[in-house]
Amino acid sequence: MSRDNYEVIIGLEVHAELSTKTKIFCSCPTEFGAAPNTHVCPICMAMPGTLPVLNEKVVEYAVKAGLATNCEISRDSKNDRKNYFYPDLPKAYQISQFDKPLCEHGYVEIDTDEGKKKIRLTRIHIEEDAGKLNHDDFGGGSLVDLNRAGVPLIEIVSEPDIRSSEEAEKYLRKLKSILEYIEVSDCKMQEGSLRADVNVSVRKKGDTKLGTRTEMKNMNSFKSITRAIEYEVDRQIDVLEDGGIIEQETLRWDDVSGKTFPMRDKEDAQDYRYFPDPDLVAIKLSEEYIENIKKSLPELPESRKQRYLEEYKLSEKDANIITSSKYLSDLFEGAIKICNNPKAVNNWIISDISRILNETEMEPIEIPFDSKQLAKLVMLIDKGTISSSIAKKVLVEMFEHPRDPEDIIDEKGWVQISDEGAIKDVVLKVLEANPQSVADYKGGKDKALGYLVGQAMKETRGKANPQMLNKMFLEELKK
Amino acid sequence: MDITELTVHELQEKLKNKELTIKEITEAYINRINEKEKDVQAFVTELTDEAKKSAEEIQSKVEKGEITGEFAGIPIGIKDNICTKGIKTTCSSRMLENFVSPYDATVMEKINSENMIDLGKLNMDEFAMGGSTEYSYFHPTRNPWNLNKVPGGSSGGSAAAVASNMVPWALGSDTGGSIREPASFCGVVGLKPTYGLVSRYGLVAFASSLDQIGPITKDVQDAAMLLNIIAGHDKKDTTSSDRPKVDYTKALKNDVKGLKIGVPKEFFGEGINEEVKEQLQKAIETYKELGAEVEEFSLDIAQYALATYYIIACAEASSNLGRFDGIRYTYRTKEFKSLKEIYKKSRSEGFGPEVKRRIILGTYVLSSGYYDAYYKKAQQVRTLVMNEFNKGFEKYDVILTPTSPTVAFDIGSKSNNPLEMYLADICTVSVNIAGLPGISIPCGVDKEGMPVGMQLIGNKFSEETILNAAYTFEQKIKFRENHKPEFKK
Repeated sequence: MSRDNYEVIIGLEVHAELSTKTKIFCSCPTEFGAAPNTHVCPICMAMPGTLPVLNEKVVEYAVKAGLATNCEISRDSKNDRKNYFYPDLPKAYQISQFDKPLCEHGYVEIDTDEGKKKIRLTRIHIEEDAGKLNHDDFGGGSLVDLNRAGVPLIEIVSEPDIRSSEEAEKYLRKLKSILEYIEVSDCKMQEGSLRADVNVSVRKKGDTKLGTRTEMKNMNSFKSITRAIEYEVDRQIDVLEDGGIIEQETLRWDDVSGKTFPMRDKEDAQDYRYFPDPDLVAIKLSEEYIENIKKSLPELPESRKQRYLEEYKLSEKDANIITSSKYLSDLFEGAIKICNNPKAVNNWIISDISRILNETEMEPIEIPFDSKQLAKLVMLIDKGTISSSIAKKVLVEMFEHPRDPEDIIDEKGWVQISDEGAIKDVVLKVLEANPQSVADYKGGKDKALGYLVGQAMKETRGKANPQMLNKMFLEELKK
Repeated sequence: MDITELTVHELQEKLKNKELTIKEITEAYINRINEKEKDVQAFVTELTDEAKKSAEEIQSKVEKGEITGEFAGIPIGIKDNICTKGIKTTCSSRMLENFVSPYDATVMEKINSENMIDLGKLNMDEFAMGGSTEYSYFHPTRNPWNLNKVPGGSSGGSAAAVASNMVPWALGSDTGGSIREPASFCGVVGLKPTYGLVSRYGLVAFASSLDQIGPITKDVQDAAMLLNIIAGHDKKDTTSSDRPKVDYTKALKNDVKGLKIGVPKEFFGEGINEEVKEQLQKAIETYKELGAEVEEFSLDIAQYALATYYIIACAEASSNLGRFDGIRYTYRTKEFKSLKEIYKKSRSEGFGPEVKRRIILGTYVLSSGYYDAYYKKAQQVRTLVMNEFNKGFEKYDVILTPTSPTVAFDIGSKSNNPLEMYLADICTVSVNIAGLPGISIPCGVDKEGMPVGMQLIGNKFSEETILNAAYTFEQKIKFRENHKPEFKK
């Protein structure tokens, strides 16, 4: 039997760090990248006697996420303790939510080849992040950094509605863009502020019972998630085809070998002994509170996309790419407001900018220039100050050493030569140096013109205005 | 005049009239500690040198007029599970033998802002688990009335230090009776406030939904004064109440005419010592003489309170004590080969037997498959207990019971029988379960001269009512004038 006889079932548990200024239960900053154990206090270090105080912003952000993903918001919710021992968990319990999450029964829509598909959300709950263990830098031991301990997270749990790695990626990208749009998480995957636990199982087509699932923890790139799913699906099918059974276990995906490995033995099956945290009072939300948050929600990607299709006549594909990220979408809107050339801005984002992001594995949020600078680049071409080939070089510069495009052009001397006299000098020089090409052209070989223009461009290091060059060559050759 | 015999309100009078100085008071207490501590062993950490220094500083500031305040220079003792910045807070456990808190508990900030003088950290049952202070890792504390008997627990150090005049008053904590029972055994006053009246921030948690800090004092007026200092909303403790502040001393009217007192018959049945019953009967007669209306009633649900208490308290404790894991500020085992071994050995060596017993119990009742049968059921019974008390308070202003079924027992007589030790909490735990205020005051002595405690329970946030009832009784029987600890050996 082949892979085609199996159906793949995927569910995702996505953890997103909320971009609140302070931690969930104390007033320490949440900022990434500080020196170890500098963003800590007795509360997040779990000193004896300390108590948590719930950061109201965390509730607000989670409710926003719930509303943006079509969830029902619970009016009566609470915090629970999830008990386990690990050095990065200073209280030996994580404050999370167990049976009364803030948000439930939502969905996210993705575009598939068969049209729109709803991926249902089981729940969204709030919880605190753990600290971090540094194993590598120090001989013979691990050191605990508690800066991240207590950073607020939402966990978004999907139903097992995803049927392929492509769908998983689409779902994740959609979720990421929604969280970015409502500005509750910066979703920086490399910094771990968006990560997913992936549950995968397979079953023979037509079976109604779900197969045994395995879980891959803490994945933080689209590429590894799709690769891991592909690998795990193949592995499970191989096991079943060989007459084996799938063990329910937690796996670790290794990006280097491209394989999954069991993470802990089954004996250690954890009993988290959840119970309501007696240090925190129930979370009661009024209708008015929820209504106010609903009103404050910004335009979501789906609606922006529709607008781009209608107002700017973008293709469905382009509109999808641009609205997939709030940062790209903001870049687009910001730039066209200034340069009034949606088609050109669209082209820059879809082709060159996307390519550079891909090559450098950068997230849109990391683009080092702003919409004003992109608009300037477009206007410089429109005005004929630079050619589009020079513009490509300017863009690379804007990524590498971000500054205004005009400054780059000035510094590099890349201003387009549009002076008739200067162009004529170059044309005459090239004609004189290439008698054979001139003869070829006159003998009917039109291609020779292209060669001559190319030579002239070379001579001017790409700065000559190509339209003027063309025109002038034709005039001279007619003589 | 023996300065250490005086109550705090008496000390305040003498300070005000310049009959005494702050230095004289502190020195008198230091001398008393030097004299009695070897017999009583109420302290884990004595701060006599520091106290001497602070007394001089505070006195000089008061003389210069830099500080005023009715409690400036008044000494106090602190139970060793309340965090004190820069001073060890051990919880009488090997686990925290060398733990120095980097911050002050909210109650300590309040005590310090009054410029009071901390004489030391007081002994307790390890992590407040026990009723005799025998489960201290360091040493048992002895009952000042009879040194062969326990002072009660877990705030045994606090009660014994007050009873032996080594501190004028002290802070204790009460999860199932840990202020009231030792107060009863040591013949002093102990108040467990309504859950939420006093901030728990900085109290090392035993059972978060039950713990409260409260005063242990020589008399009711002092209890009202110390409650004035420590009560109040704290934004660091979201379970603390934001009710407006009250001056509890104003409630002390020395009048209980028309006060309705309910006496639950279940608290006078089997297992309650006859001499205890006898003293309580006398107390009831006294209240009647004072014009209160006393009536017997049934608080049936109370029989389930003890089991409920031990399930909830142990469940919460098993989670609260997880942070003592050998990784950061706790005891860490000397040799280990793996992370698991750090946990196992540090916790096996760092915790005493009673703490381990409760962690195991609590872990069990929260385990999957048992949660519904134990923890969830206990929470349901908890609601029933609250409801039954509510019904009681529809009829009565105050509920009167013994504080403990017995007087102080002999050291060693129960420490190997945990169940019997748990039964000593039978009269006090339901008050914590229902989140109510309860006060224990001495109401007499048994034939051996050991004090008997009476517990007055009030409705939520009715501290004023029970304080006035206790005060009126105290003024009538004048226990302190007639009975003094004898340090019998």
